[in-house]
Amino acid sequence: MTAKIAFRSSFAAFTVLALVIAIALAIGSASGRENRQERGAAAADELLPPEAFASIADPAERSAAVFTEAGKVFTHPRCVNCHAEGDRPLQGDDSHPHQPWARRGADGFGAPGMRCATCHTDENFDPAGVPGAPNWHLAPTEMTWQGKSIGEICDQVKDPARNGDRTLQDLIHHAGEDPLVTWAWSPGRDRQPAPGTQTVFRDLIQAWIDDGAVCPP
Amino acid sequence: MKFILHVNGTPRQIDVASNTPLLWVLRDELRLTGTKFGCGVAQCGACTVHLDGEPARSCAIPVKAVKQRNVETIEGVSGSVAEAVQNSWQELQVPQCGYCQSGQIMTAIALLREIPRPTDSDIDSAMTGNACRCATYVRIRKAIHDASSSIEGK
Repeated sequence: MTAKIAFRSSFAAFTVLALVIAIALAIGSASGRENRQERGAAAADELLPPEAFASIADPAERSAAVFTEAGKVFTHPRCVNCHAEGDRPLQGDDSHPHQPWARRGADGFGAPGMRCATCHTDENFDPAGVPGAPNWHLAPTEMTWQGKSIGEICDQVKDPARNGDRTLQDLIHHAGEDPLVTWAWSPGRDRQPAPGTQTVFRDLIQAWIDDGAVCPP
Repeated sequence: MKFILHVNGTPRQIDVASNTPLLWVLRDELRLTGTKFGCGVAQCGACTVHLDGEPARSCAIPVKAVKQRNVETIEGVSGSVAEAVQNSWQELQVPQCGYCQSGQIMTAIALLREIPRPTDSDIDSAMTGNACRCATYVRIRKAIHDASSSIEGK
């Protein structure tokens, strides 16, 4: 009888222990998954500075690598949404077509009667969820980046015929100081900002140019 | 915070928080209730007014952003284009429930001032941001063409 009770007690203790271990493993696994997800998100948000590429000895190779890093900004929804192809801007972190149905118009500032400034002012207006920055408009069609590779975007931004007749030095200014570009890092509400900071982005463009403005393949 | 807004040609002093939407100022402070609250997020166009003649969604514009621009509402909009639009709207009995119509009319006037002979595509591009739950879109487009013809005929 005593032996039976002892057996039952140790069986119950074993069952409890097994349950505790199973729960601990499940929590550990979920936590590891979350950590991995957090690390992945951090990597996507990260923008490495030019110094991170100093170990690449060949300037041309380094230049292309630096532009590829800057490409995280060029291809980010905050930039692509208004460097969109076609007649409509995009919006949201998933780059869906702009709602309401805004059109590019002849000058990129919208159609008569439905200009960008009909809703967008010089700054974000979070109570209405409407983003804003000075000069809010769509990039011209020759400057669209939507669906393009980093190499194609690079060729495009170097080409005065497709970059608004800008010199390479102008590009540094545009990347580092244009208020509309600045907006990408302070987009308001729950919009995901462009990776890194505008200063690092500007430094990357500067470094890319200093090493010969070589485009990745 | 005190502001002087130029509304329908008259300077109006108000004392509100600088982030107050222009729509609330017009309706609650100045009692100009012809401009309607629809969605509050610049999706429907019911709150459309003119700022220096350009259409603007007053729900999405903080009062501090208005600055020296002249605010024109449905109560004050005037001139030959506004008259033609008003006449065509009445002639063709455009409104059904009417709630969105002041916004529709403000956008239509802005369009006709810029493009006196708009195509269907011009009209669709301009009016796309003005929703109408009664779906009076066909009559709206017809009335804009009608107003355009009457302006041309003068």
